[in-house]
Amino acid sequence: MKFAWWKWLTIALLIYTIAGGFLFAVPRLHIVNETIRALYFHVPMWFGMIFLFLTSTVYSIRYLRKPSLQQDVVAVSFAQLGMLFGLLGIVTGMIWANYTWGSPWHGDPKQNGAAIALLVYMAYFVLRGSVQNEEQRARLSAVYNIFAFVAMIPLIFVIPRMTSSMHPGSGGNPGFNMYDLDNRMRLVFYPAVAGWTLLGVWIATLRIRIAQLESEHA
Amino acid sequence: MLAIYNLLHYQFALEVKRKAALGGLALYLCGSGFIAYLCFSLHRNQLTPLVWSALFWLIVLFTAISAIAKSFVGEKRGLDVYLYALASPQQIIIAKMIYNFCLSAALGIGALFLFFLLLGNPITSSFPFFLGLLLTCLGLATSLTLLAAIAARADHASILMPVLGFPITISLLLLAIKITKNCIDGLGFESCQDELLTLVAINCMAGATGYVLFPYIWRS
Repeated sequence: MKFAWWKWLTIALLIYTIAGGFLFAVPRLHIVNETIRALYFHVPMWFGMIFLFLTSTVYSIRYLRKPSLQQDVVAVSFAQLGMLFGLLGIVTGMIWANYTWGSPWHGDPKQNGAAIALLVYMAYFVLRGSVQNEEQRARLSAVYNIFAFVAMIPLIFVIPRMTSSMHPGSGGNPGFNMYDLDNRMRLVFYPAVAGWTLLGVWIATLRIRIAQLESEHA
Repeated sequence: MLAIYNLLHYQFALEVKRKAALGGLALYLCGSGFIAYLCFSLHRNQLTPLVWSALFWLIVLFTAISAIAKSFVGEKRGLDVYLYALASPQQIIIAKMIYNFCLSAALGIGALFLFFLLLGNPITSSFPFFLGLLLTCLGLATSLTLLAAIAARADHASILMPVLGFPITISLLLLAIKITKNCIDGLGFESCQDELLTLVAINCMAGATGYVLFPYIWRS
């Protein structure tokens, strides 16, 4: 199989992100200091997670419109990758919080919201595990997946914004609050978001191919 | 409209006929409320208003989940097919949601009286609190009805229902707890306006998604 162009792009973007993320100049801020570089590794995880979950939801909708196990496999693979990105986002956030807030888990509304969102998707995998019939499993989990994505919206996008928080970018949009972001950081941040998200898509496509090969040889 | 009314009528008639289920729920509520009372009777001053609100919402959540879980589980095998022939899935989900709302609101109000009786009344602004309680019960009904339908078709329905339900309902509970805190502090209606409106929005969202998605489950 031909090595697609966007895979080269992913590699290039991530090499640039890692090199630039560690070496380029960043603004000196009190308390935050060098941990500001977490922006290149922590924040893209959430962008990636939302994108992967959204893709998974889209494939679940496509499954309900026109049932085929192919769509189901795609939806699951993207949900798994979204889950991985969410876990990495939480872990990187905890490492960052350990140095700036003083403890890894601070009970910040954004931390709690993210943890609950992951619980929602863990329930998705539990649901898949508890249905034996393949088509039944695909349909029930597709319905739950769509419902879970909708239920996640207030949890991640609305409620954290209604409460005060110590999380950077607070009092506005935590993801897109780029108005006060230093221009030098944008040079690495946007490629980082694209690179990490593409990496997620890449791994997901590999998982889909593995699942297809397994079902062919089963 | 008429079909929804008939379905609702049938649901209520069934509930009155099967008194055991309703009595079980009432007992569940009284039992858990009484346990909370006994636990804090040793140290009455430890029961701060915030502990009161945590206990209250936990008990409301647990009773509502067990009440709504049985809305698809307890039915006989052939009944699905019979209902399928009589009404469209949209009518069924709306009737079930309305019915579950009545049930969970009744349980919520029951829990409130029980708490007033046993654990005292820390609420100072009662109107926004009551509105918040009703809206939360509506939210529980709209979001859990669909999950009950999913869980009923899976293998371990009784375990699956809380697993699916808890994370989804947390956003409702967070808002409810915030409203309760404001009402305990006596901050009045204006302070809860944002939360109440968000509750309304979540209810609309959950209701609409349930309405759209339910036919896909019902078909199986």
